[in-house]
Amino acid sequence: MGFFLETLFGGLMAGMLYSLIALGFVLIYKASGVFNFAQGAMVLFAALAMARFAEWFPKWFGFESLLLANLLAFIAAMAMMVVLAWAIERFCLSKLVNQEGITLLMATLGIAYFLDGFGQTLFGSDIYSINVGMPKDPAFIMESVFEGGVMVSKEDLVAAVVAALLVIVLALFFQKTKTGRALRAVADDHQAAQSIGIPLNKIWVIVWSVAGFAALIAGIIWGSKLGVQFTLSLVALKALPVVILGGLTSVPGAIIGGLIIGVGEKLSEIYIGPYFGGGIEIWFAYVLALGFLLVRPQGLFGEKIIDRV
Amino acid sequence: MERKFGEVILDLQNISLRFGGVKALTDISFNVREHEIRAIIGPNGAGKSSMLNVINGVYHPQEGQILFRGQQRQKMEPHMAATQGIARTFQNIALFKGMSVLDNIMTGRNLMMNSNILQMALYWGAAQREEIAHREKVEEIIDFLEIQSVRKTPVGQLPYGLQKRVELGRALAAEPTMLLLDEPMAGMNVEEKQDMCRFILDVNDQFGTTIVLIEHDMGVVMDISDRVVVLDYGKKIGDGVPEEVRNNEDVISAYLGTSH
Amino acid sequence: MLYRENGQFKTSYAADQQIFPILQDRWAIALLLVVAFVVMPMVGSEYFFRAILIPFLILSLAALGLNILVGYCGQISLGTGAFMAVGAYAAYNFMVRIDGMPLIAAMLLGGLCATIIGVLFGIPSLRIKGLYLAVATLAAQFFTDWAFLRINWFTNYSTSGSVSVGNLSVFGIPIDSPVSKYLFCLVVVCVFALLAKNLVRSAIGRQWMAIRDMDVAAAVIGIRPVYAKLTAFAVSSFIVGVAGVLWAFVYLGAWEPAAFSIDRSFQLLFMVIIGGLGSISGAFLGAAFMVLLPIVLDQLPHWLGIPMSTATIAHLVHIIFGALIVFFLIVEPHGLAKLWSVGKQKLRLWPFPH
Repeated sequence: MGFFLETLFGGLMAGMLYSLIALGFVLIYKASGVFNFAQGAMVLFAALAMARFAEWFPKWFGFESLLLANLLAFIAAMAMMVVLAWAIERFCLSKLVNQEGITLLMATLGIAYFLDGFGQTLFGSDIYSINVGMPKDPAFIMESVFEGGVMVSKEDLVAAVVAALLVIVLALFFQKTKTGRALRAVADDHQAAQSIGIPLNKIWVIVWSVAGFAALIAGIIWGSKLGVQFTLSLVALKALPVVILGGLTSVPGAIIGGLIIGVGEKLSEIYIGPYFGGGIEIWFAYVLALGFLLVRPQGLFGEKIIDRV
Repeated sequence: MERKFGEVILDLQNISLRFGGVKALTDISFNVREHEIRAIIGPNGAGKSSMLNVINGVYHPQEGQILFRGQQRQKMEPHMAATQGIARTFQNIALFKGMSVLDNIMTGRNLMMNSNILQMALYWGAAQREEIAHREKVEEIIDFLEIQSVRKTPVGQLPYGLQKRVELGRALAAEPTMLLLDEPMAGMNVEEKQDMCRFILDVNDQFGTTIVLIEHDMGVVMDISDRVVVLDYGKKIGDGVPEEVRNNEDVISAYLGTSH
Repeated sequence: MLYRENGQFKTSYAADQQIFPILQDRWAIALLLVVAFVVMPMVGSEYFFRAILIPFLILSLAALGLNILVGYCGQISLGTGAFMAVGAYAAYNFMVRIDGMPLIAAMLLGGLCATIIGVLFGIPSLRIKGLYLAVATLAAQFFTDWAFLRINWFTNYSTSGSVSVGNLSVFGIPIDSPVSKYLFCLVVVCVFALLAKNLVRSAIGRQWMAIRDMDVAAAVIGIRPVYAKLTAFAVSSFIVGVAGVLWAFVYLGAWEPAAFSIDRSFQLLFMVIIGGLGSISGAFLGAAFMVLLPIVLDQLPHWLGIPMSTATIAHLVHIIFGALIVFFLIVEPHGLAKLWSVGKQKLRLWPFPH
């Protein structure tokens, strides 16, 4: 039982991070109808910027403080993500307005390729580390309930809490603020939103910046855990089943989908994996999501599509 | 002109259709007889297009029965309606934009093409003969609709009026017994409308095709249709020959009141 | 002035329905074939065959298969690498497990296995569309990546899934020299290109395009979406599977699952986009572009005398590809093939523009 709970917690925490990346997908999809395949590349790009700036700034400006270095690096990385958002809007999205979803998807594949190459040209392609002072030692909880308690990685716990907070903040931002309302209006109907004076271009820059912010946070958390390297951009591929499970247009869907996939992946690896020779977490999430789609094509919380002719 | 109508070919009984909580159609019954031109009119949002979608199986009504040639049908998919001889055009032109006029109309004959995939891959023998035989039929339709000069043009590049004609051509290519036309003259100028009317009447006359038609131009409707159904807010408020409908109080107040 | 159809009157529909209705085009294609079959084997260097022509041909074939699914039927697939892998490993198993299995038979059987897997993963397309389907096809990719790595039976119990084949021959002719490999690929590619072209200009091709352009209208005129989509998946994955066999057997000789990773899937998709969605010649143009560009970029610093590390070049290739994809989608969504046909249209009228 203790072991089961450990796995469950591990899954929930991993799931929280998937949710964070999935949220980036959902935000962009809702606001611009783009299925952003470049989200993973954005995570890598943001993490690279963060890691390298934190390394470079102390050298350039001659200071020692790790906190200051991280802070400045965070600001610089965020600034880069905003510039990136602007560039994507300016040079790509604004020229592809009213194209079909598939065309936009392929455009983001191009952006992903571009970012992978650009980031690594700019920042290098070795393995870098991000040190934001995440605790590395494990903690034991519920020692009174089970013998030896349940082991939880403090690092994961912090990450999960940060991710959860961010998810809540973003959800509130989307639901409660004026900008959030404008975003939702744009998501419903580009032209109608434009006609009541919502500046489409500005909205897109904001949305991509917010998605960039989510990517940066995700990049920092994954990066400090696994090191900043190319494989980071593949993390986003893990978040894809989350999005289709939760529904492309649903913020709660992204969160709950993330948790389901996180837990499902960990539990399946331990309880079903051995029968298949292990390593099944690579595809388990996909097959889970796929099976689910067959029953409910619009995902858990997605909107039902009615074909009008 | 003396017109002969046959038996009832399509009988709709107490059709109700809902999307979630929205009632699109409520308890609608009417029938269509063979060789007839039957118009469906009504203000925007009255449920006219939904009605056509029910007839050819795009939407499935929650209640009611549909009898086609005396046979009651259950849940059916659109392609089954096509095999029974029901063809249709759409309100917002639904042509295959990436294909030429010729290919679009050829596609309309897909149900009559029987060669298998291997024969097609080799493009030899039966497959080629079939392709050419159908091409001849399609050329007849192209002649009939007077669109010879654009046969190899991608339909996306054609002006609106011609696209409507191509869409009619695609529906005709299937040699349907019943043709559903969803606002075939919307957005056309007078000459184009006259052409379209002529095509519709010719089809009805030459091939004996039964036609169900949605149209907003009252002049056209009163002119060419044999009987008219009037819908308003998903309910039937009138049914009968044009004169009857024209004098129906409910219809006048709901719809025609402004124009007469 | 030379490229004209004036005076070439068609007296039968058969003549009008030829693949190349214009005389000059028929001459051009004949010339191209002569160059490919006769001139190239005489003048090409070993490097030219190995590094450029053979990969170009095989990737063209794979792109052709993918284009049927994406370009003609409008069903996006991000799992092409998976279907190539299925073809390659299936053919490998037929070769290893059945004595005296001829190469051609193994190749076709490999394609058949890819068809089965392709149809299997195509089934979700009946319920889900567009973006959801794109993600669903990734399932195929990750599943096969895993299966060939972990299920040892597929790889005849070799470690890490790496296998090799040797001593290829067709009808007693050994396929060992670069020239013979090239000619073998060329024949296969030509045959499949012809078959594919025939399919897309027949009823089935029109059904695919109808589903692509407007699926509701297609259903209304009697096209069964199930049949159209699944045949597209079947034909596409058969061709892709055969390309996988060629890639593994002829080009690589020895391979492991990573040869058919998700990067390969993306690469093929890019070829199709750059070359031209819904065009047979587009597959060739796209493949040529994708094969040549890295080579040119690789050599360019040498020619210009700028020292550059291989890693930097690899990243530059990424940047340029990425930018080009976006560029093509914005400027010419129909790719190189469209530019080519626009050029031909202009040429028809040149020098009098009206």
